[in-house]
This record gives sequence, C-alpha cells and structure tokens, in this order.
Amino acid sequence: MLNLYRKILTTGVLTEKFDRHYREPEIEALGIELKTAIDRRFAGSLAIRQVDAGSCNGCELEIHALNNVYYDIERFGVHFVASPRHADLLLVTGPVSRNMEAALRRTYEATANPKWVIAVGDCGACGGEFGESYASCGRVANVIPVDAVIVGCPPTPLALMRGILNVFAR
Amino acid sequence: MNDAIEQSLPFHVDLEANRILAIEAVPSPLLPARLLDIVVPADWGRAGEMAQAAGWRWVAGWAEDEGEHLSVSVCLELQGDYLVLRTHIDSQQPSLPSHAPYFFSANRPERHMQDLFGIEFTGHPDPRRWTRHQAWDEHAAPLRKSYPAAGVPPAQTPPDNSYPFFKAQGQGVYEIPVGPVHAGIIEPGHFRFQAVGETVLHLEERLGYVHKGIEKIAEGRTAEGLARLAGRVSGDTTAGHAFAACLAMERAAGLAAPARAAFVRGILAERERVANHLWDMAAICNDVAFTFAYYQFGRLRELWLRDNQAWFGHRLLMDIVVPGGVSVDVSDAALQGMRASIKYLRKELSELITIIDANSSLEDRLVAAGYLTPAQAQSFGALGFVGRASGQSFDVRRAAPYPPYDQVEVKVPVEQQGDIAARFWVRYKETRVALGVLERLLAALPAGETRLPWQTPQPGAEGLGLVEGWRGEILSFVRFGEDGRVSRYYPRDPSIVNWPALEKIALGNIVPDFPVCNKSVNGSYSGNDL
Repeated sequence: MLNLYRKILTTGVLTEKFDRHYREPEIEALGIELKTAIDRRFAGSLAIRQVDAGSCNGCELEIHALNNVYYDIERFGVHFVASPRHADLLLVTGPVSRNMEAALRRTYEATANPKWVIAVGDCGACGGEFGESYASCGRVANVIPVDAVIVGCPPTPLALMRGILNVFAR
Repeated sequence: MNDAIEQSLPFHVDLEANRILAIEAVPSPLLPARLLDIVVPADWGRAGEMAQAAGWRWVAGWAEDEGEHLSVSVCLELQGDYLVLRTHIDSQQPSLPSHAPYFFSANRPERHMQDLFGIEFTGHPDPRRWTRHQAWDEHAAPLRKSYPAAGVPPAQTPPDNSYPFFKAQGQGVYEIPVGPVHAGIIEPGHFRFQAVGETVLHLEERLGYVHKGIEKIAEGRTAEGLARLAGRVSGDTTAGHAFAACLAMERAAGLAAPARAAFVRGILAERERVANHLWDMAAICNDVAFTFAYYQFGRLRELWLRDNQAWFGHRLLMDIVVPGGVSVDVSDAALQGMRASIKYLRKELSELITIIDANSSLEDRLVAAGYLTPAQAQSFGALGFVGRASGQSFDVRRAAPYPPYDQVEVKVPVEQQGDIAARFWVRYKETRVALGVLERLLAALPAGETRLPWQTPQPGAEGLGLVEGWRGEILSFVRFGEDGRVSRYYPRDPSIVNWPALEKIALGNIVPDFPVCNKSVNGSYSGNDL
C-alpha cells in the first residue's frame, strides 16, 4: 500500500498546459475561454454523450484519451455521461452504418433540447474511407442535424478539444 | 502431438480414402497455405467432419462470386500448417453442407456468407440471420457482383426489432437488453442477458451494428486504396490489418517487401501490441474501480502514442504499412529514442506490477471471474490473449513465422487459469515480450530500401496474408481483377473467433461483472461486423 501512495506522489500532477508540449499557446487560452462559456451557458458543466454510429473505433481511442491525465478535459467543465437524457452535446463518430441508423435517430430524439451535435472524424464529417453504400449512410449529417465537424483520421485529442471549444467559445 | 502431425499432413490422402475427390493446386497460389479443391460440393460437410477429427482448427471462411458459380473457401490450421479447402457451387441454387456442426468458429462466418451471398448452409445448427439487420432484404445478396454497391436502401432504415432472440422462462428469470448504444465510449452492439437474481443464466450477443460494407467497397480499389481500407477494418489494429492485407497483395503480385521494410512492419506491429495492451490493462482495472492503475497505464499509453506521432507521424500508426513496403523509415534519432522509451517503460511496468500484484481488492475481483476452460478455449479456437490465458499457445509469429519473425524469436506466454486475472497477466507478459522483440528488431534492422515499386498482379491472382495482430491471428484474403484492381477482399479479425467465447465467459458471473468480462476479451465490433 505504501508503494501505491509513493507512486502516486512521485508521479505528481501531469495535466498539461498545452503550450509546453505542443507549443500551441492558444489552447490554454481557448480552454479558459471554453470554461467561461461553459460556466455561462451550462452552469459550469457540459455533458457529452458519445455515440459510435459505425466507426472503425479509431476515433473512440482518441476520444478516450481526452480523459487521460495529460488532457483531463474535465478541468474545463467537460464530462462524458452514460445517457443521452443527461447530455447537452452528442459527439458522433461515423460513417453512420445503416444498421445503426435507427439507434442514432433514437439517441438524438432522446437528447433533451437545447442540444448540439458534433460529427467526429473524416467519416463522420464526410463519409471518409467508407462513404455511402448499401451498408453505410455516409456522413452523420445525412441522418441527424449536425452543428460542427471535427476532421482527422482520427482527430488527435488536441484537435478534438479545439473542435469542442470552437463550438461553444464563439 | 507427433501422431497428429503425421495424420494430418497428407490430408488429401485421407480425403481420397474416404472417396472425397480433391485436387491440390501445385504450386499453391495461396502460400503459405496449400489449396485443395473439393470437386463434389456434397462432400464439403464430410471434409469438415474429417478435418475436425484430425485436429485441424477452422480459421476462416469466405465466398466469391464467379458468375455461374460461387466458390466457398475455408482456411484450416494444424501445427502451423495452413490448408485452404475450396469448392464451387451453382450460383442460382447455392447450397452447401455446413461446417458449423463440427467447428464452432464456422457458425457466424457461415451465417455472414448466408446473409451476403445468399448461400444456404444445410445442417447449420443456427441459421438465423447474423450480419443482416433491416438495411437489405432476405433475397438480396450484397456481395454478389450483380448487386450495386450503393444498394437499394430504404429512405430510413427501420430498427431491427424482430430478431428471434433466445428466450428463457421460469420463476425469477428476467431479461436485460443492453445496447446497441452503450453507457460509455465504446462500440455499438447488443447483449441480451437472462438472469436470476444477479447471476447471468444466459448471454446472447447480437452484433452487426457497425457493418459498413468493407468487403463490397474494397472491390475496384487499387492496392494502395485497399491498404488504406484494411487499416480501418478495426482502428486499434490498423498496422495489423494493413500488414496482413499487404502480405496478401504482395504474394498475389509475386513481390516481397524489402528486408528493412519487413523489420519496420514488425516494429509497427509490436508498438501497436504494446499500446493496446497498456490500454486494456488500464481498462480492466478501471472496470473494477481500481483507478490508480487506470491512470498509470493510461499515462504510459499516452506517452507511447506521442512517440508514435514523433517517429512515425501518426499516433495510431495509420497508413504506414503500404503495398511494397512502408511509407516511413526509422531514422537514427527514432532508433535511439525508441530504445530509451523501451527502457523507461520496462522500469515503470516493473514498479506498477509490484503494486498491482499486492492489491487484494483487485485480486478479489479478477481471480476466478470470467472463466473459460482450456477445453472450451480449444473448441472455440480462441485466439490471442483469450486463448493463451486458457492454455492455447498458438501464435502465428512462432507457428508459421513470416518476415521479420523468421529472424527474431518470439516467446509466447501461456497461462492455464482461464480467468480475467490470467487474461490480464498474459497481456502484461506479452507487453514485456514485445519490448524485447522491439529491441531485437531495432538491433538487427537491416540497411537498404523500405519500399519497392508496386507491380500490377495478373488478373485473377490471389494471395493470403496471415499475421499475429495484437488480438491474435489475422487472416487476409485478396484477389485481383483487371487492371490491378481488387476484386475480392476478406479480412478475418481475431474478434470474429473470440466473440462467441464471451457468451460462455459471462455465464455464472454476476451481471455487474459483465463489463470487466467483456473488457478482458475486448473484441472489436468493427472488425467483427465489417
């Protein structure tokens, strides 16, 4: 048990100011701007429901990374919830497979107003590598209304943060 | 063991003794596998029965539309020898005896062929639809050449609420439907539990939700385009699937990637293994609320991915394995950097595992939970860490080595306990083995080219790629048509084989332990659904 506490103490706090590793000083400023926007519009907490509507799971890996100690997106008031009923924002990865189409519509309908949708990844944004076919509806906007897209295959955690910040900081 | 080898190698002789007419293609177009054509389709089921009796493992099955005929191919493996059986059936009345009575791993793949080619597998114990939900009707066969890739989809695809699930009845029995949208950042699929109190009585998986027509949209692609698509069969296995697909395409083209490229591919595959195992170990601990390990392993994974970005230009290593070689070379700086980060990771792992091993609450949750017996693992043909945690030692890198593993020895850690703790330990040990393999690959990295110019394969040329991905054996079948365009691609992710094992693993556990049972298997939904 002592080893455990020693490891915690010696690891220290790793959560980053983004300008240190990426030399992108605007991110920390953007984060504070987002925090301000979330404080104002969402009483300090933006709830995200992530929906995989057909992705290859690459985007999910990077969305997960937002919660690791380096990005710790929760410090800006952003957190992931288990139900669309609790969500302000749907983060949808695609392409939307036809087999997921009804589930995505229902998830969208189950989300309380006001709500926002961000389509994540090249597939969610424009169909990407998979496009439209007998099995795929293509981009998310072909199925539900989309407010913004975050491109990338997959988008890096940094791009995801910037994309989310952009929607609410404007 | 030796008896099995002697019995099995002359499989075609066995077939003849049983009056099954089989013709071997010499030389085999599907190396390293031999190819046997079963002349009379009616013998197909008996051939499967004999293969099962001789101890062969059913690796994968796929069909091809040849116009008047459909061909069905099945890949088998025994002691590292691969064998493909193939037969041809009438495309108007396509019917073939099922292998599912003899091999569990044939069950869902045959249903997949049934849904996408319209083939009836006679004697199949469970001929319900599998990949087909409501996006195309029963009489359509999307993978037939005559079916347009765009399909004829309804304006809105209706929900699939008529699937005939298994039912359980009795006092106190209740049902829990879960998914396809889950309460976390994970892929979609449906699980149907029958439970009594907290105990799982029965679990049925319903997958196919992320079926996005990968096999169909592969048709007509260039070699390079197929490599990109293969890298997205399952995003977490991008190097593994691209590796398998490129091997298959290169064999079809009569081309071998240069030695240095093979080593770089090995480095990419091992880096992918380490990144995913770190994440799985994090997530297994998180699912039993041991967040210390979740954050620590997550931290190490993030550093590993940043190194990927720095040295290969992509955090998940996408689009680096390309036909003819690799698109990124390993610089001297990267070589030095990787050596240092391997040393660092090894030190960190040693420190963490001491803490984790001494944690009694973790032991309480992981030991004896999610049990898969070695006998069950064998009958499922379980692959990767799922098989190896239950006594199955198969690893393509060792059993049928391909470059660079023909030059680097790989130890395969095996556990017998078959529980979640064993699947955790196998991952841990495999991570350490992978670090050693990485060091040896870096030390022996040959000089020279990293990419050969692509050669257009002959129309009709086919190839098979078999590699050990981080989840286990990956099979990739590719056939080319005119102008070097792909006419058929079938990737078999290890998840397709391992998913059914989860239905057994969950039995007798409490419902709240299902997430950690699921995570300990960690099948890819995308790789399964295609």
